[in-house]
Amino acid sequence: MGGRLAAPATVGTALVLGLAAAAPWLTFVFTIALAKGLAVLGILLLLRAGQVSFGHALYLAVGAYTVAFARPLAGDVLVLLPLATAVATLVGVVVGLFVARYRDIFFGMLNLAFSMVVYSLLEKLYAVTRGTDGIRVDRPTIAGVALERVPYEWTMLGLMLALAIGLGFVARLFLASPLGQALPAIKARETRLEFAGISARRVLLVAYVASAALAGLGGGVIALTTLHVTPLIAYWTHSGELVFIAILGGGGAVLGPFLGAVAFELVRVYAAAAFPDAWQMILGAVLLGIILFASRGLWGLYEGLMARLGRRA
Amino acid sequence: MTLLLLLAVLDGLAHAALVFMVAVGLTLVFGVLRVLNVAHGSFFAIGAYVAATLGTAAAATAAAPLFALPALLVAAMLVGGLLGPVVERLLLSRIYVKDHVLQLLVTFALFMILEDVQKLIWGVQPIFQDAAVKALGPVEVGDIVYTRYQLFLLPAVAAATLLCLMWFLRRTLTGRVIVAVTHDREAATAMGIDAARVYLLTFSFGTMLAALGGALAAPTTSLVPGIGVNMIVLSFAVVATAGLGQIEGAALTALLIGLGRSIAVYFAPEFEVVIPYLIMVAVLLVRPHGLFGSPELRRV
Repeated sequence: MGGRLAAPATVGTALVLGLAAAAPWLTFVFTIALAKGLAVLGILLLLRAGQVSFGHALYLAVGAYTVAFARPLAGDVLVLLPLATAVATLVGVVVGLFVARYRDIFFGMLNLAFSMVVYSLLEKLYAVTRGTDGIRVDRPTIAGVALERVPYEWTMLGLMLALAIGLGFVARLFLASPLGQALPAIKARETRLEFAGISARRVLLVAYVASAALAGLGGGVIALTTLHVTPLIAYWTHSGELVFIAILGGGGAVLGPFLGAVAFELVRVYAAAAFPDAWQMILGAVLLGIILFASRGLWGLYEGLMARLGRRA
Repeated sequence: MTLLLLLAVLDGLAHAALVFMVAVGLTLVFGVLRVLNVAHGSFFAIGAYVAATLGTAAAATAAAPLFALPALLVAAMLVGGLLGPVVERLLLSRIYVKDHVLQLLVTFALFMILEDVQKLIWGVQPIFQDAAVKALGPVEVGDIVYTRYQLFLLPAVAAATLLCLMWFLRRTLTGRVIVAVTHDREAATAMGIDAARVYLLTFSFGTMLAALGGALAAPTTSLVPGIGVNMIVLSFAVVATAGLGQIEGAALTALLIGLGRSIAVYFAPEFEVVIPYLIMVAVLLVRPHGLFGSPELRRV
């Protein structure tokens, strides 16, 4: 990861591995956090275009349920994850063709509506999805090797770190490409983009499908880590969490989502246990605080700190 | 079959009346403030909870059946009169100049907060208070025994709300001032209209409509966490299908979606939740601005 992101990415990876080695239960938390970070990276692409989706848990669910349904047929992580990504991409294309016509409120709420529909279908179609009981996923092999629980969780964390860094790099290339540069133009002045001969709808569709694929992959990793999939993964609170993490991490750089996701999951482990009924309230209050007072998120705070240190040196 | 269909139509009418109450508030607030208030669903839920609490308190008094119905209205006025101005002044008034995305996120954050406030105050156990339904008693429609509350009161309140709103916006001075601000805030301000006051008034009134919808729904259902989110997506479906800012359109669409949904409840229960969105998607595919909406036309 070139330039100014290499150092924080290396430090972050070392921190995650070090902390997980010191407290083994954190391997699980970090894997989930980074998987959500992938989905948030997708949200970030849409935020660049000034659009916010309140329904991206839909793609987490598509990825997770793809893994759950395919597990009896395919036994390897390296088959299941690409499959989850592919199915999420496909759903992303179909839904994206519809929602890419809309902006702002319609874009956000239509995504919410689609995710609510999928949530209720997952819950109601008991014969297919086993309803709220969910589906258990047997621990699969990784590249043909069957692993015990502890080495399996470590391998998943390693795989997830590699995915986070690799896809973060790809996302950075994408945002720097002409197509990626067209995204902020949708936010700034869409008509001018069209005058330049670029279809805003197509640009947004590409970003949307990419975000769906990222969330699908993240959902697949979550299913392969928790080894149990329930409809709750498609519920609006999860979509809200993704948007929350995106704002918390800040939209300035591709590391923001992962920074935000890890900070979020760590706080949640303690806060959700201490205040189960006030958890959403805390999230909402922090979200308000960031929007009103620190609009560039955690990454913005980090950059501000670096800039100040640089000036002093 | 015909019996089921009749039952579905009756349920659909009652349900449509409730959805309309919430949707019309949402569309009115959007028309004036240009903010889609996601927390509108929370106002619905809070209205329902306050009504249930008041209803239980009223049931303990000597003249219980008399108070059951007024308690619903009092609940709505309380929520609209207290919560509405506080939210508009403290929160929304800070974000009118911000991006649409940020406005949406702020109301979404408020929604998250209010969801847990409900859990903290009223708990997560289902709450049931049907004194208002019992006060009016049952009625026979053909072979079906139905409640007077759902058959007469709900549609009557919804129809009265629609007519009063139409009259208010077209014939009264305050109503015309609201319409003027909707059209062009700057021009209206230049003519001496206090736009900030209009915003406050409209938002509080919209909040009261959502709370009244909730209060009216309370006696017909068990109150559990999550009714707010279901109602906000459903009423958004209604508002989007009708066209944002369309009041009469919202009434027609609420009827369409309410009936479609209750027919699904009786004939294909798995797809009950899907029907409203199928209708919405179908309409938006053909008319991207909704059935009655158009980007340039007047919105209130």
